[in-house]
Amino acid sequence: MEMQSHGGIRSGSPPAVPREGAQRSTEALSVVDLHKSFGTLEVLKGVSLDAHEGDVIAIIGASGSGKSTLLRCINMLEVPDAGEVRVGGELIRMRTGRNGRTMPEDQSQVDRIRSRLGMVFQSFNLWSHLTILENVIEAPVHVQKRPRPECVAEANAILDKVGIADKRDHYPAHLSGGQQQRAAIARALAMKPQVMLFDEPTSALDPELVGEVLRVIRQLAEEGRTMLIVTHEIGFAREVSNRAIYLHQGRIEEEGPPAQVFGNPRSERCRQFIQSHI
Amino acid sequence: MDIDFYWSTFLELLTGVPLMAQLVSLSLAVGFVLAVFVALIRLSRWRLASGIAYGYVYVFRGTPLLVQMFLIYYGLGQFEWIRESFLWVFLRQPYWCAILAFTLNTGAYGSEIIRGGLQSVPWGQIEAARAAGMSGWLLFRRITMPIGIRQALPAYGNEMILMVKATSLASIITMLEITGIAQRLISQSYRAVEILVVAGVIYLMINFMLTRLVKWLEHWLSPHLRDAPVVATPAAALAH
Repeated sequence: MEMQSHGGIRSGSPPAVPREGAQRSTEALSVVDLHKSFGTLEVLKGVSLDAHEGDVIAIIGASGSGKSTLLRCINMLEVPDAGEVRVGGELIRMRTGRNGRTMPEDQSQVDRIRSRLGMVFQSFNLWSHLTILENVIEAPVHVQKRPRPECVAEANAILDKVGIADKRDHYPAHLSGGQQQRAAIARALAMKPQVMLFDEPTSALDPELVGEVLRVIRQLAEEGRTMLIVTHEIGFAREVSNRAIYLHQGRIEEEGPPAQVFGNPRSERCRQFIQSHI
Repeated sequence: MDIDFYWSTFLELLTGVPLMAQLVSLSLAVGFVLAVFVALIRLSRWRLASGIAYGYVYVFRGTPLLVQMFLIYYGLGQFEWIRESFLWVFLRQPYWCAILAFTLNTGAYGSEIIRGGLQSVPWGQIEAARAAGMSGWLLFRRITMPIGIRQALPAYGNEMILMVKATSLASIITMLEITGIAQRLISQSYRAVEILVVAGVIYLMINFMLTRLVKWLEHWLSPHLRDAPVVATPAAALAH
């Protein structure tokens, strides 16, 4: 992979995996025995994971291993066929519909929980008709119903933090991919989410733009934010996470501290995957 | 060339413009709401309603507007229960019959245009809105509709122009709009060519203004499709 492209940010900065003595009591996210099929293809075959406050969990695996589906099931963009999802201790209630498929019981609960999960997509998905500032304040103003001036002030601070304050009045189409992704991260942050979900945030970027986005994500990790990061950037995942999960064909094949998963995996498949990606 | 005759005809035909403007604006306004409504039903998961909406679109797109107008003006009066209902207050007047026909017609065409616009909204942007906690009416009002309408606007502008021209059919059911007055003048003077040329010029002028208006609306709604604003940065200032 393109490790040299963001190699610069690795040297010099301290490893972002402190949290050894941090409190591990508060559960931010819990997933139990998640199953999901698309037609006859079973993508998730029973995946469970827990994230405590401050955890940065890297999810790696080959294409089709189910890592994006896992992330999308957590905020119900894909509705799991079976299993439980809890956010901040609150269980997303499910029911079986008339057609026999499971679905969320209460859409307003799903909306509320989604607003506590900040999702960052591979393809940014900024709203094209709104300026960057409008993108960032949209959900705080219209979903969380917070006063607009307060949201604007916060949005300016967040945009400053991700380094695109000068682009606030531009439209997404006027920004580079890296700037768009940083705007999308700002949009997710503006909702003050409990957990951030990153779905391959750098996979759609030109190699020279990957570094600026990883720098922002690293900064968030250092602040102690709870994050799940699906990524192909093995080197970055190793530095920034305090736990790593290797998915293979819809199951967790290897799980543990990054030193183990990336350095000395028990699973031969995981070892091969890591080797082929470095 | 009889300039005086052209001029007096022009002034005479202009008196039909307010009526035409009423017919167009009222039926376009109500027709737009109808079109959005029908497009949403067409896109809904509710099969039966979607089928009925499609049936409406199919009938009104597939038959001539003139036939529809005749059927509404002459046909509805055949039913006694309509004549005895409050609807008759409206339906016995050619004005409301014309508006009804135009509205139903533009509602059918417009719904297909808007359906196309809504379907062209990138799925990722809708997903991002869902992930941010939006659903239902909020999601539609804030994200899907604004993006979809922008996509649909150029085609909808076309439909508006067609409606301006379609109002000439209202003359058939006795409405004295531009074409109606033109026909009256022709029957008085038998100078059909000159009068129809003047009528044509008036329609051209109206549609010219309408296309400007739509163009301006498109421009105003799509700053995101234009070049980025040039911001004077300190670095740029230093360079000078």
